[in-house]
Amino acid sequence: MADLSYVRTEMLAERAPPATSVGFVGWARANLFSGPFNSILTIISLLFIFMVLKGLLPWVFSPTWSATSLAECREILHEMGREGHFSGACWGVIRERWVQLFFGFYPTEHYWRPIVVFILLFVALAPVLFAERVPKKLIWFSAVYPFLMIWMLWGGAIWSPLAAMAGFVIAYYVYKAVSVAASEVLGLIASVAAAIIWWLFLMGPVVSGLSSILPIGLEAVNSRNFGGFLLSITIGVIAIGFSLPIGIVLALGRQSDLPLVKYICVGFIEFIRGVPLITLLFVASTLLNIFLPPGTNFDIILRVIIMATLFSAAYMAETIRGGLAALPKGQYEGADSLGLNYWQSQRLIIMPQALKISIPGIVGNFIGLFKDTVLVSIIGLLDPLGLSTAIRADAAWNGIVWELYGFIALIFFIFCFGMSRYSMYLERKLKTSH
Amino acid sequence: MKKTVFFGALTVAGLAAGVAAAGTLDDVKARGKLNCGVTTGLVGFAAPDANGEWDGFDASVCRAVAAAVLGDPQAVEFVPTTGKTRFTALASGEIDMLARNTTWTFSRDVDLKFEFVGVNYYDGQGFMVPKDLGVSSAKELDGATVCIQTGTTTELNLADFFRANNISYEPVPIETNAEAQQQYLAGACDVYTTDASGLAATRASFEDPAGHVLLPEIISKEPLGPLVRHGDNEWGDVVRWTLNALISAEELGVTSANIADMAAAAGNNPEINRMMGTEGNLGEMLGLDADWAVKAVSAGGNYGELFEKNIGENTPVGLARGLNGQWTDGGLLYSPPFR
Amino acid sequence: MTTLTDPPRESFRLSMLIYDTRYRSITFQIIALIAFLTLIGWIINNTAQNLADLGKEPSFRFLSEPAGYDINQRLIDYTSQSTHLRAAFVGLLNTLLVAVMGCALATVLGVFIGVLRLSKNWVVSRIMTVYVEMFRNVPVLLWIVLIMAIMIETLPAPRAFKGDSPDATMKLFDTIALTNRGAYAPEPLFTRSLGDLHLFGQSSLNFNISLDLLVLLVVFFGGLFVSRKIKTRADKIQESTGERPTTWYLRLGVVVVPIIIVLIALGFHLGYPELKGFNFKGGTYMRNSLIALWLALSLYTAAFIAEIVRAGILAISHGQTEAAGALGLRPGRIMNLVVLPQALRIIIPPLISQYLNLTKNSSLAIAVGYMDITGTLGGITLNQTGRELETLLLLMLIYLCISLSISMVMNWYNKRVALVER
Repeated sequence: MADLSYVRTEMLAERAPPATSVGFVGWARANLFSGPFNSILTIISLLFIFMVLKGLLPWVFSPTWSATSLAECREILHEMGREGHFSGACWGVIRERWVQLFFGFYPTEHYWRPIVVFILLFVALAPVLFAERVPKKLIWFSAVYPFLMIWMLWGGAIWSPLAAMAGFVIAYYVYKAVSVAASEVLGLIASVAAAIIWWLFLMGPVVSGLSSILPIGLEAVNSRNFGGFLLSITIGVIAIGFSLPIGIVLALGRQSDLPLVKYICVGFIEFIRGVPLITLLFVASTLLNIFLPPGTNFDIILRVIIMATLFSAAYMAETIRGGLAALPKGQYEGADSLGLNYWQSQRLIIMPQALKISIPGIVGNFIGLFKDTVLVSIIGLLDPLGLSTAIRADAAWNGIVWELYGFIALIFFIFCFGMSRYSMYLERKLKTSH
Repeated sequence: MKKTVFFGALTVAGLAAGVAAAGTLDDVKARGKLNCGVTTGLVGFAAPDANGEWDGFDASVCRAVAAAVLGDPQAVEFVPTTGKTRFTALASGEIDMLARNTTWTFSRDVDLKFEFVGVNYYDGQGFMVPKDLGVSSAKELDGATVCIQTGTTTELNLADFFRANNISYEPVPIETNAEAQQQYLAGACDVYTTDASGLAATRASFEDPAGHVLLPEIISKEPLGPLVRHGDNEWGDVVRWTLNALISAEELGVTSANIADMAAAAGNNPEINRMMGTEGNLGEMLGLDADWAVKAVSAGGNYGELFEKNIGENTPVGLARGLNGQWTDGGLLYSPPFR
Repeated sequence: MTTLTDPPRESFRLSMLIYDTRYRSITFQIIALIAFLTLIGWIINNTAQNLADLGKEPSFRFLSEPAGYDINQRLIDYTSQSTHLRAAFVGLLNTLLVAVMGCALATVLGVFIGVLRLSKNWVVSRIMTVYVEMFRNVPVLLWIVLIMAIMIETLPAPRAFKGDSPDATMKLFDTIALTNRGAYAPEPLFTRSLGDLHLFGQSSLNFNISLDLLVLLVVFFGGLFVSRKIKTRADKIQESTGERPTTWYLRLGVVVVPIIIVLIALGFHLGYPELKGFNFKGGTYMRNSLIALWLALSLYTAAFIAEIVRAGILAISHGQTEAAGALGLRPGRIMNLVVLPQALRIIIPPLISQYLNLTKNSSLAIAVGYMDITGTLGGITLNQTGRELETLLLLMLIYLCISLSISMVMNWYNKRVALVER
């Protein structure tokens, strides 16, 4: 019997998919022209992009980099036969003023200080941002960093930041001594009292004494010389740094069982969150001195930092409260069943986890605050936007509009976009670890 | 009960702090720097350059005072203030003096408790319109859109003027001169009103200055001058007489070029001698060095030189002396004698 | 009879204030209260002392003095002779106006962009991503001044409309004029108007409400109500018989016809803007500062709302869509009946907090000279009277009231839609 098999015994060779469904064409068919509606949408979008670029590119590419005044820009463009308001940008203003837009009036010979501070910022943030890749000990540097930053930016004797830090050390040892001798609660109260006494009364004489014996320090820089992005970043970083501990206290206070403590915290948080930042800045610029004892006089930048700290503390408290709420109840119960008291369980179990969950939110808070620092231009501080007004008042650049706004917007975009991307990455990372 | 005692203690502490504050002159000397409030930027009057050095007519007054008190025209911290923050900054002691084209008015002097030490620029509120609008008087502006720089007396003067002439207008309040200029040039307002000096300065920076005219109406008196806090007369005297020294120096022909010679030895003119400190002890009376006025004038020159350098006809601002000429030339500048 | 298990009655000792949990919370609260009151008292004491030194006395009398300045964009009558209180009221209404308009536009744009970001069309979704990132990462104040600058520079001045061959013409059949001073549109006028309703008589806070508008609103909502009734009836018929009567023309009719009748009865016609002298006259008018602020706030907030909407839609598990598809629902109905109701529960709370942000951000109006409450009370009034303490306290109080009312709405909604967990 002949082997009459109609079944194919060998496989057919694989054939390439049709040209219309692979490569660019296939991709375009799937993603751009999958139907009449989609095709129209694509064409409209491409047309829109083309129109925007057509308007923008000739303006951006204008050979005015070397101009020293707006009149010169106009001349250069005129010689090229380009007339009118939108014929080309005048980039000379950026060349001449970009350093000022970044550093304000910070003394030129000290530019290295803000730069070093900025680089060290990443070192200080490393334990938070890349927790698994850096040694644990680095967290001590993060704790010291705020003092280091303030000292390096403002200069002065090294003893003041050291003495301010000594306050915490004193508080710690008083707490240890008293809590062993009496009780933890008494220890806490005593340590706070000791620290306040040290900061208010003892620190001043000690610092001046040490400075006269061993004058080590950097040349002092007046805070009025801060400006541009240096000012924005300084306000943002210091306010966020100091608002973190305040925010933790407020968040815990808001969850407290003690009604009075709770209401005070809720009242503070809701008040700050209920009014626009600009009104708080008006308070900083016109009222804060009235609220303080007669004769006290902070300079305006310090007052703005104080108000920005209070402002971001309220938002920080809400972020951390979110982190606390996201913790499974079992964690609290577990801590209780181990026999830990309130503070021990907060310190060892709750806070480390809650803070970790809150990091993306905290980064978001920082982005918001950093963007909001441009509001200080309204009360006359020379942040990038305020400086742009001052630059436009220079006779050479009177009449400039877009170049400065565009440049400032671009820098803000780079900073904020970078941070928001990082926070998204962090969020994903945190999600998978659960 | 307990609370009152506690607050009592705080009050005492507060009072002690208040009493401890010394006079402004001593403060400035101790600090080694003069804190001077200026605008955040107005062409010709005060604006920072690329190196952060403040320059301009108002800034020069600050430098002259710093030179007179501290001997160094660079020993000034310029504090940019807005229309809103300037008075609080001065009242709270954040700045020692304010030289920010501020109009001397009754309520500021009496109610807000400031002391205007003199006038460094006689100004008035004017109007600027594009030439092709064909307007020759402010009274023809019925229904016009008017750009106003806020934070000054400008909006009140404007409201009064239009109400008095019974014509309507639409105000566009704007914070800074740069933005007002932008709106005006784009035709978003028909008229731009602010102090005539500001108008001239703004016009000078246009691509086509000849295409715009200043209307003849000056609707207000705006004596602009430096001011200090009420109640510290020694300090007020220092600022007042520094300004007068600048004005007198011009009247007496003392310039930054010849002042070194004149101050070297007593000359024939007794008033110059008294001012230069080569005769009498005017400096001592003020609590300053004998050559305080020499330093003040050397800082940037006499009033006329400052005017020419910052806002005069050869600068982009291009203002004529007009009312701000010496009384001997038919202007209003009239310094009391140095005697 | 006494039992032995009774705890021994302890006499109260001072240390129990700290060690005994029964008293400890009270101790802490009293400490907190004293600290808090001390702080408040300290601030008040300092303020009183400082004001005394400055020779100022806190008083709100300035509110009843003439303001002396003019306001361009206003919803109620105001002249430079009106009081500062009246000026503040004008400002407050302006704040609310831009906030309400901004929230509406931001929601529409945000939902639109959020949905388009999920589009399968690569170019469209990329454009929307760029939009969202661009607006989210640049300060809103910068956007406000930028959009204001763009409007001033690109739109024609009223002068350009003049002459026989003008450089610019009015849009939409000569009804709307877009200038760099603002937009002029026709206004509704009534020849047989019912007049106005005067509220609050002679006080500084008096205002008028057009009776015509009230009547129209009543008629409109009445029509909607009847239309709903018709729909429920149609639903009932469908349930019992399986046949759905065609009702759309009836439902449209009960809303539209009465309104048309009322409009004719009132003698409705449009008042067109006309170029007279320096400016357009007649018609309704929106200043460019208002438009710029409105657009900037809406565009900025829309970027955030788009992200909220996108997250809300993505949070609905894909199984829901598939299950709905398996039931035979069409894509549009899946969105309406299955995905959106669930997504809304996630979207609404953050959406309302964006509304809150937008309202607070509207205080940046001073950057473009829009006279909101910050521009009047916290701006020119503060400058002219020098009463920082009083004006700023009042200003913060007003914003606080607005914010708290929005929060209250949010809490009410959250309670209403909260999942009842089993």
